[in-house]
Amino acid sequence: MQKIEAYLRPAVLEKVHDALAEVGIIGMSVVEVRGFGRQRGHREVYRGAEYRVDFVPKIKIEVIVKDSDADTAKDTIIATAKTGEVGDGKIFVIPVSEAVRIRTGEQGDDAL
Amino acid sequence: MDRWKRIGSVLAGLAVFAVPISVGAQEEADIATRVGDLAKHLDWIWTCIAAFLVFFMQAGFALLESGFTRAKNAVNIMMKNVADLAIGSIGFWAIGFGLMFSGDVYEFFVNPDVNAYGEEANWMYSFLIFQTVFAATAATIVSGAVAERTKFGAYLVFSVVITAVIYPIQGAWSWGGLWHGGGWLENLGFIDFAGSTVVHSVGGWAALAGAIVLGPRRGKYNADGSMNAIVGHSMPMAALGVFILWLGWFGFNPGSTTSMDGGNFARIAVATNLSAAAGALIAMFVSWGKFGKPDISMTLNGALAGLVAITAGCYTMTPLGSILTGGVAGVLVVFSVLFFDKIRIDDPVGAISVHGVCGAWGTLACAIPFLCIPGEAGNFVTQITGIGAVFACTFIFSLIMFFGIKVTIGLRVSEEEEDAGLDILEHGVPAYANFVITTTDHRM
Repeated sequence: MQKIEAYLRPAVLEKVHDALAEVGIIGMSVVEVRGFGRQRGHREVYRGAEYRVDFVPKIKIEVIVKDSDADTAKDTIIATAKTGEVGDGKIFVIPVSEAVRIRTGEQGDDAL
Repeated sequence: MDRWKRIGSVLAGLAVFAVPISVGAQEEADIATRVGDLAKHLDWIWTCIAAFLVFFMQAGFALLESGFTRAKNAVNIMMKNVADLAIGSIGFWAIGFGLMFSGDVYEFFVNPDVNAYGEEANWMYSFLIFQTVFAATAATIVSGAVAERTKFGAYLVFSVVITAVIYPIQGAWSWGGLWHGGGWLENLGFIDFAGSTVVHSVGGWAALAGAIVLGPRRGKYNADGSMNAIVGHSMPMAALGVFILWLGWFGFNPGSTTSMDGGNFARIAVATNLSAAAGALIAMFVSWGKFGKPDISMTLNGALAGLVAITAGCYTMTPLGSILTGGVAGVLVVFSVLFFDKIRIDDPVGAISVHGVCGAWGTLACAIPFLCIPGEAGNFVTQITGIGAVFACTFIFSLIMFFGIKVTIGLRVSEEEEDAGLDILEHGVPAYANFVITTTDHRM
């Protein structure tokens, strides 16, 4: 099993959610986060004075998939979240050692 | 409906039997008295309705000021706006009214007029409630400029002084003759119909003194002299505040007729609205051109700048003159905000620029014949004398008061309190309990 962690623009959440459902990947957690990458935030002007937005609002989605689905999930997210501009985000894939469905006690892939 | 139709036909039937009666002299006199009473009472009703609209401006100021400042100080701003209204109401009744309108200097403390009964006294009460909410307006202007760093107790002390002493003295110079008093500025022919100078500049110049004595908020300026924007926490709240103020101004300016006055209030309402509209638009375009995007905070300040500027000349200016007065105020307010930022006078909401600077401009504009109804333009020297005298008196008196507060009970909160926010340490409660308001921006 793999955990796909993707940091995305808030605006693409709905599209990513729909696209993953379409390829049969069900289940997702979403967290609203703030952060910065290589651009180190951006600058805005308020009442004539510039200010830095050090931490830009993003969303982080977490999806746990079978090993065989990991590439599909990754490619689907890339296909829907890519605008080509800076700030599109990043995807991390992390191995998951165990999964348990609390209600039934099912384990491994069956628990997903 | 049927019932009224029935009554109507019964009355029509009775009319057939009606005998023409010649109205006697006594009845004629009675009718004249009643019509006279009605006209008088209409004046009182208008004055009271206008007062209630001006009262609501307190809500506008509270929303505008809290929207333009950070969430950690929102309770403090609300408390200041509630407290200065409450203090102003009692302070103006007890001391201010007598000081402003009494012909007799010995009557300044709890003027006997303000405890009278009977029908004639009721006119006084209409006038008193109208003047009270004006005094509270002058006080509440200060609260925005000194926001986010002033001790609550210190603000209360200043509220007493401005509503009971500073504003009434300035008011007496220009408006004392509206009641039993009389002032040197009104005798010179100084034009300030609803208080660009008398109310707004008084608040604005007191705010200037307060901001100077306090110094800028922590984090506003960097060690190298460069400036940071400290973004307000709710633009929708600020915008709602400005809409409420704009509405309230329809009491402030048209209500300053304090009578039906041949319906002049309608003309004044149009002048007021046009000036506000021009101020908002011009400030929007100026900010758009200067900063690349139309800035909401500057647009909102622009609307208020137009409202403040037309307050003096709303009775004497033409509709086109009102647009030009408001438009110039819209330019002035943007550059004035930038100017005060540059000279390190930190005014989080732009109160000094809106009320002080644009109040002075509007008062001066009353002397420009092109803007005014023919024959109604004031005298330049008189207008400048009024602007200058009110500035000097209010600014110096306020400076002394703020310094006095600073060396006695203390004016500014500790650095730790300023960082944590005044809500918790001054009032013990956050504005938005159960919400995370300490954002990832270190200046929030």
